[in-house]
Amino acid sequence: MIQTETTQNKMSRRMMLVRVSLLLNGVVAAMLALPIVRYLLSPIVRERKPGYDSWLSLGQTAQFPAGQTRLATYRNPHPNSWDGDTADIACWVRNIDGSKFQVFAINCAHLGCPVRWFPQSNLFMCPCHGGAYYQDGSRASGPPERGLFEYSYRIEAGQLFISAGEMPTPGRAANNIGGKATCA
Amino acid sequence: MRMIYAIGDWLDQRLQIGGAIRETMGHRVPRESASWFYVFGSGALTILGLQVVTGILLALIYVPSAGEAWNSLQTLNHSIALGWFIRALHGWGSNFMIAVVLIHMVEVFLFGAYKFPRELTWIVGVFLLLMTLGMAFTGQVLRFDQDAYWGLGIGASITSRVPIIGPWAVKLLLGGPIIAGATLSRFFALHVFVIPGLLLTFVGLHLLMVLKLGINEWPMPGRIVRRATYLQEYQELTSKHGEPFVPYAVWKDLLFAAFILLSIAVCAVYFGPFGPGGQPDPTIIQTSPKPDFFFLWLYALLSFLPPSAETPILLIGPAIGIIVLLALPFVAGEGEKSWRRRPIAVLSILLIAVALGTLTHLGEYTPWSPLMNAWSSEPIPPQYLQGLTSLERQGALVFQAKQCHNCHSLDEKGGQRGPALDRVALRLTGDQLVRQVIQGGGNMPAYGKNLSPAETYALVAFLQTLHPSNQRPARDASHPLVLGASEVSPR
Repeated sequence: MIQTETTQNKMSRRMMLVRVSLLLNGVVAAMLALPIVRYLLSPIVRERKPGYDSWLSLGQTAQFPAGQTRLATYRNPHPNSWDGDTADIACWVRNIDGSKFQVFAINCAHLGCPVRWFPQSNLFMCPCHGGAYYQDGSRASGPPERGLFEYSYRIEAGQLFISAGEMPTPGRAANNIGGKATCA
Repeated sequence: MRMIYAIGDWLDQRLQIGGAIRETMGHRVPRESASWFYVFGSGALTILGLQVVTGILLALIYVPSAGEAWNSLQTLNHSIALGWFIRALHGWGSNFMIAVVLIHMVEVFLFGAYKFPRELTWIVGVFLLLMTLGMAFTGQVLRFDQDAYWGLGIGASITSRVPIIGPWAVKLLLGGPIIAGATLSRFFALHVFVIPGLLLTFVGLHLLMVLKLGINEWPMPGRIVRRATYLQEYQELTSKHGEPFVPYAVWKDLLFAAFILLSIAVCAVYFGPFGPGGQPDPTIIQTSPKPDFFFLWLYALLSFLPPSAETPILLIGPAIGIIVLLALPFVAGEGEKSWRRRPIAVLSILLIAVALGTLTHLGEYTPWSPLMNAWSSEPIPPQYLQGLTSLERQGALVFQAKQCHNCHSLDEKGGQRGPALDRVALRLTGDQLVRQVIQGGGNMPAYGKNLSPAETYALVAFLQTLHPSNQRPARDASHPLVLGASEVSPR
């Protein structure tokens, strides 16, 4: 009887050691998991502090004649050296009357394909699913639920600056309603 | 020979797997299951082997960097001896993989192989299907060209629509705020490490269960699966009417493996590698991005969903589809296996096949997309211009210059986004044409601000000539009453 108790005691002491070791492993795993999760979330966490958007120059306003819509390109503000061409982003600049501008994202508001401007019919058309927009970026027809994404702009020393740096997507625009001034 | 046996014995003394291998080879399968219908699972395994080997070979050259990937693909295609062939094998292997996996799945479904006790084998198979599609999508991204770039844009746009967390999920997907270097690197990690690791593990489980539970017996109408009796019945079947897997069944698997590898090689030699297409420079916007063949149905579906239903269907649809597949063996885990007694199963397969086939076919020629160059490259057919007044010819000019041709076809040339206009004068009167042009509607932009009254007038005059000569154009019957009988009816 006494012997069985001792065996049981021995067993439970061993089992306790197993449990303590498992607990220790759990603690270490949690300590390791935190930095790993932080590493994985870096594309999101980064946004909080400086944000991705910056004011970028599209060049002299003289490049964009009044009453016309022209293609412009800019270099993404936070490129990596191995980004290659992908850090160059295109956008459409509409000079309404010489002093007022509209700068549209190249991405269709439906699924992000590059829209093309047709000055003859004053329409933007999308090659993917046939979305069309009027010259002021409002939706004309097709699957998009909304008009083209617009960058906020300002003019300084004759140069056109836009606030850009993040790919405009339908979800992002929806979340920003009533928030930031930027539409994109 | 004796030497080989000696080495074999020496190894087996240490590894101790000879018994397991002999058991696996000799395990008894139902005689009717050694059928040509049962070769698709092993066919998929064969292609997986090919994909692993060719994938490693490609990784010897490929550079997973947004700036260099496209160049390294060009090098593979043109500068490395037979680099094009390895790329073609990998690309065609992927197409064959999707096809064989789908056939395997349909066959398992129609033969009732997902029923008790093979529910978990089916569930693991569903995850294998998802991983296969995941490999196809990430692989398409690694072929880093224009289609890959804008395909990622489509992926990001869909992801962004997830409520609340959408924009964050986009940044996780892209590895940053835009599609760039970090994006390609993480898709490389997914395609080469994460998904293959899971895939091989799940394939192992899948195979283990096939061995432990036995291959599905040939479904006989009237032979009902019951949880209480099935295992015993299967045991009897295999012991009384079973045959050892080797050589009774295996030769068909082997022959099919050789056939499928040969088919892939023939396609690779004859058709060559896929792309890469234009370089992934987002400032080159003269592009019509399109997904690879197996995602064309989705691409087509996205153009037909009404805008308001699109987001819910996109986000909830796949979840429902996966839940249905996972629930299948629990809902229908017992009962009839033979497709001859399961009309709803057969009809479901037919319905899905017809739907996917139709959408894929539509995705091939994208009737919903404007033909971006039609206005400048497709002239109006001469027979439509003969005998027209100068006003009507001016209207034809407006038709071309204002890109109407991009969406409307004449004589089957031009866009198919809008209706063909060859007989439009039969459908719409002059007044209705004016209204349609100015106000748009029915998925047509309003041209009111973009056309001068004179241009509209000329355009409508031209459109009113578009009817067969033996049929009178549409007219408004109230016109003579309101305007007097002197009103001349249009040509």
